[in-house]
Amino acid sequence: MTNLVSRAKELLENKTVDVVIGFETGPTGLARPAFITDPVKTDKLVFDDRCSHNLAVYLTKHEVKQMGKTAIVATLPIMRSIMMLISEKQVDPENIVVLGISTDGKLLDIADISVMKGYIEKSDLKNPEKFKTPLDELSKLSQKERFSYWQEVLSKCIKCYACRQACPMCYCIRCTVEVNQPQWIPVQANTHGNMEWHILRAMHLAGRCISCGECGRACPVGIPCHLLTMHLTDKVYDYFKVYAGTSEKMSSVLSTFEPDDKESFII
Amino acid sequence: MSEFEPKVVAFVCNWCTYAGADLTGTSRIKYASNVKIIRFPCTGRIDFMLLLKAFANGADGIIVSGCHPNDCHYTSGNFHAKRRWIMFRELMDFMGIDMARVTFSWVSAAEGAKWAEVVNSAVTRLREMGPYVSYRDMVNRTVEEEVKHD
Repeated sequence: MTNLVSRAKELLENKTVDVVIGFETGPTGLARPAFITDPVKTDKLVFDDRCSHNLAVYLTKHEVKQMGKTAIVATLPIMRSIMMLISEKQVDPENIVVLGISTDGKLLDIADISVMKGYIEKSDLKNPEKFKTPLDELSKLSQKERFSYWQEVLSKCIKCYACRQACPMCYCIRCTVEVNQPQWIPVQANTHGNMEWHILRAMHLAGRCISCGECGRACPVGIPCHLLTMHLTDKVYDYFKVYAGTSEKMSSVLSTFEPDDKESFII
Repeated sequence: MSEFEPKVVAFVCNWCTYAGADLTGTSRIKYASNVKIIRFPCTGRIDFMLLLKAFANGADGIIVSGCHPNDCHYTSGNFHAKRRWIMFRELMDFMGIDMARVTFSWVSAAEGAKWAEVVNSAVTRLREMGPYVSYRDMVNRTVEEEVKHD
């Protein structure tokens, strides 16, 4: 990772960027997000299998925007998040330098957004292989079994909203769960309210989810909530032949339409 | 106990289906009285959360209806709605919520007879399916039962 460190150092020394968002080793030996403003401290930067956070989540944060121009260490899901955030006008491409990391851990030379777009287009955009088995297994169950499965896993939800906080696409300053006139989602954590929350979250991410799986990883009680959004990602591709985060100009599936969208259930 | 009568909530758009349902009445066409019509400005305004709230509050079935494609009063509301319902159905099905209880239709202001048919067929189907007990059980579970369930 010497390439990454030297590149980050160069960017900070030339004052091309004001802050580098990357990973460092935390006190317990796990990787954690790091915000580096001093070129001397770029030695702390690491990148390996431990680095799983979707760092794009910080780009929309007020505190980070205030820091100035940002360089960000980005794997494919992070690059797609950045692309999605640019398309939704949440991030100014002029203020971002992408330190792209290929799937085999090498530093990519990403000069601007069009290069990043080219890299994303060449990549495999399907849901990652490790999520496919649980998705298939769930789809094979009967409707009744699926309902009791989701009731069981969602009864554990404590409404901490870690799934929301971990997601780069969930940047609304006032989320629907905080709206109390009317109260869409019950405040207390009961199975029914939890289910309503997860349906709402998945629907708001339909066509915007970039399949990083961070929501499920962030969940402290182990609810596989990423399966909901990933299922919709599959379905969005089946119906509309698009993957989220592939172009800086795309609008998300549910905010646009084609007059000849096909469906078979409306009588 | 008397025969089960399903409670049906219909979310309809003001410009087509609501006028269509009005025409059903003025044409003296008889149709099932199980349906409670809620008028919306446009199908594009019908939030999926409203459907969930209807089920939670005791509906056995739901009808969502609006203008035919290209006939929307606001040009594109029903196209947006169509995409939303495609995704919503897929998600609900994945979570095991019974989408056979939800009827989607396009009924124009001139289709009074079609509205009667949409309602009647939905009510007949729901009568066979019975009350939506499994969803209501989840909603009505008390805190004590929740803890036990865990």
